[in-house]
Parts: sequence; structure tokens; C-alpha cells
Amino acid sequence: MKNLKELDLTDAFVELVRRAATDLPADMEKVLRKAKEQEKKGSAAEGALEAILQNVDLARGHSTPICQDTGTPIFEIYYPVGVSTRLLAEQIRLAVAEATDQAYLRPNAVDSLTGKNSGDNTGEDFPTIHFHEWGENAIHVDLLLKGGGCENVSAQYKLPDAGLHAGRDLEGVRRVVLDAVYQAQGKGCAPGVLGVAIGGDRGSSYLKSKQQLLRPLEDANPNEELAALEEQLYKEANELGIGPMGFGGQTTVLGVKVGTQHRLPASYFVSIAYMCWANRRASMDVTLSGDDMEVTYA
Amino acid sequence: MHKLTIPIPDEDIRALHVGDTVYLNGIIVTGRDAAHKFMIENYIRQPVSSEQAELYEEIKQLLDGGVIYHCGPVVKQHEDGRWSFVAAGPTTSIREEVYQPEVIAHFNLKGVIGKGGMGPNTLKACREQPAVYFHAIGGAASLIAQSVKEVVTVHKMEFGVPEAMWVIRVEDFPVVVTMDSHGQSIHEQVETQSKEKLGQLLAI
Repeated sequence: MKNLKELDLTDAFVELVRRAATDLPADMEKVLRKAKEQEKKGSAAEGALEAILQNVDLARGHSTPICQDTGTPIFEIYYPVGVSTRLLAEQIRLAVAEATDQAYLRPNAVDSLTGKNSGDNTGEDFPTIHFHEWGENAIHVDLLLKGGGCENVSAQYKLPDAGLHAGRDLEGVRRVVLDAVYQAQGKGCAPGVLGVAIGGDRGSSYLKSKQQLLRPLEDANPNEELAALEEQLYKEANELGIGPMGFGGQTTVLGVKVGTQHRLPASYFVSIAYMCWANRRASMDVTLSGDDMEVTYA
Repeated sequence: MHKLTIPIPDEDIRALHVGDTVYLNGIIVTGRDAAHKFMIENYIRQPVSSEQAELYEEIKQLLDGGVIYHCGPVVKQHEDGRWSFVAAGPTTSIREEVYQPEVIAHFNLKGVIGKGGMGPNTLKACREQPAVYFHAIGGAASLIAQSVKEVVTVHKMEFGVPEAMWVIRVEDFPVVVTMDSHGQSIHEQVETQSKEKLGQLLAI
């Protein structure tokens, strides 16, 4: 009888990458359609959303990348005790190289010293893989393709921030998040999704903010205060009027997700991960049923 | 709606205003961070060396009255060696702000395609040349790739696929003018309005 330790998931990872790169999650498409209806007829904002939706249909139909910047592939892997994370990481590296060969991914890994592109999306700490052991007898993988344009407008604030009158409380968080959306303008391919992390150190805070982007848009924050903050930030960020692509309009953000971490007494970081409208996330579950491997994608 | 063919005459550029939708036709060249840096350092700020001369002349001819596209595509090479564009949306333009005015002036560019808009130096260059900034829809990469009918050739492949200079023939490439040759910029307007709104929301 087989067990999860012996499985070769390379092909499954290729398929996961293909799905993430070429198809948008249903919740994202739904809010983009709603956003298009809300924009003024004949406006540049409406035109941009129309093009975005046409593009999503085309990419899905032709199995071609939604966006040419297929981003940093970020894998979050949940695995049972005994599964080799070293082997899984090797399979992932083989899979992204294969997905690059099939033009689902652009060669996106550049040597920071020489400027040379590795050509296959593998390199030093590339792609990004985080492993989490869990109690289930199954493997679960979340994949986020995080584009560079929106990564460049992501931001981190250290509270208190005198210029923004932002203290170490949720009102301070509100202020810096709105400032980040203003600073980003349309450069992160608005309308975007915001992943916000409060607390942690600089490194853990950025990571937490990115992990917020894996939450489905419709999920409500279990913490009431944070749920209220998410709703308020969503409403107020849209009042800024930056609009799709920064053309001006009703839709600047499509969702806001906030998470928290414990912090040092001395530090209060707020990190904002800006994700473009092409919020490409996909997940897969691997289970065993007798000798058969079952892989389901979502 | 305007339909323009490259090379674009000055009067057609002057007739464009921010908010106009344009469909571009003809040969355009992709160039982003590495290409801009290369052109500035090897073509513009110093005399062109003899080993660079051939490519320089070719690029000069392609860009005269032409359009440069801030884009790093996903490409596919066919068995016979030909290339095609699979996904080809715009990249963020502001990174080229330090180079763009000189590139516009040196090559007599009539248009720059990208996303996110550019700053006051490029806006000034657009007024003087004249030229315009064409905004393509960021992320709409499969859609835009449909209007790329042919990859004519590629230069500077040593920069890697995203950074290479791809010479492509486009048909009805859809863009919106967001910076025109009359000093108007949608990006400037939206930034000013959103700053005012931010001030109200933060009461500062």
C-alpha cells in the first residue's frame, strides 16, 4: 500500500501552477463583474474592467497566463508527519521549470548580482516555499502568484507615525492603510486586494500580510473589531476615487483582509500587501484512497 | 475612438487628448528597465561605438515616429524558430521616468505604452516632442497578446526574455491616452483629487 511519503507530486504541482496562472478564482471574478456594473457607462474605468473581464475569459479559454508577470510563486504547504519537505521542494522546483517551459509562467527569477535570468523560475530562495506540519493525513497546498508591480507598492509602516497622526491603535492602522492605498495610486494594477498585518517584526509582518491574501473575499474575520476595520477600510479606500488602473472611478479596492501577530513592546509594525486585481491563488488537496492518489483543486 | 498607424505624424499626436481610446497598428518595440538603461548608456549619453552601430541604426529607424512598449512578455518559440507572444500586458512605467525624456527626444518617439503613468519630466517631453503616453490595461495580458500578430525579431536576448527588445507587429492594440501633448495627465489629476479626499478622511 502506498503512503503519502512516496508520492511524486510534480505533475500535480504543474497543474496547480497552470490553474493559478491562467484562471482567476470565482470570488475575484464575481467582484470584478459587480465593479464593472458600478462604474459610469462609457468611462475609462468601465472600459478597463471590461477589458479585464474579457482577458479573464480568454486566458481561461486558451489556458494562457492572465498576466504576463506571473510573479513570485509562493507555496504554503501543509503536510503530515514523516513527509519529506526536501523532496516536496525538489518536486516544486521541477514543476515550476516545467510550467515555464509550457509558457504558463514567464521566466521570472533574476540573479541579483549578475542580472542573469535563470530561465526556469528556479534560483536562490526562488520559488518561495513555506512548510507547515499538521495533524491531517493529507497534503494541502495554497499557491499565490504575486506580481512585481503590486509588490513594489506594498508598504510597511512603523507606528507611531507623526506625519499621518497614526498612533498605536486601530485608528492608527486605519490611517496608514489609507495612506498606502493613496501612495499606490493605480500602479499596483488597481482595483487591488489588501492584505494587512498588525504586529510581528518587519519580516514576519510582511509574511503575515501576504498570507491574508489567501483568504477568500467573502470570509468574515472572526474578530469583530477586525471585521469592522476591514469593512471600514474597504469603504474608505474606495472613496479615494483612484479607480481601475488609476483612471479615476468607484472601484479602488476589491477587498481588505487584516490579521494580527504578537509584537515586541518596542515595535508596532503595520504591513500592507497590495495584490493586483489578478489575485491569482489556487489550492490543491492530496489524499490517498487505497493505492490511488486523489488530487482535488480549488 | 482613434485608429492610428505607426509611424504616427505629429498632427495625429496633437489631436489626441487624455481619455481618448486609441487602437494602434504597425511595428512597435518593447523596452523596459534594462533596455532603457542600455540605450541611455550606449546610444544617448555617449557616441555610439562601432560595434554598436548596426543595432543602433536599426533601432533608430524603428523608433523614429514610433512607439516603445514597457512590456516583458511571456513568449513561445515554435519548432521552426519563430516566436509568438502568449501574454503581453504592460509593466509599471514610472521606473523609466529617469530615462524616458531623453529616449523620447533622441529617437523622436511619438508614444510610450505602459501602465501606471509617468511623471512631470515625461509629461514635459510629451509636450515638446510632441508625444503621448498610452495606457494599456495592466494585467490584460492574454487579451493584448491577441493584437500582437507577429514577432518580427528580437534584440538583446542576453537581457533575458522579459527585458529583451521585441520587435512586434500589432493590429488594433487597445490603449487609452492618459498623458497628452497639451500638458494634461489623468495621473496628476487623480493623484490631486485622491490626496484631497485622503486629507478629509484623515482630517489633517
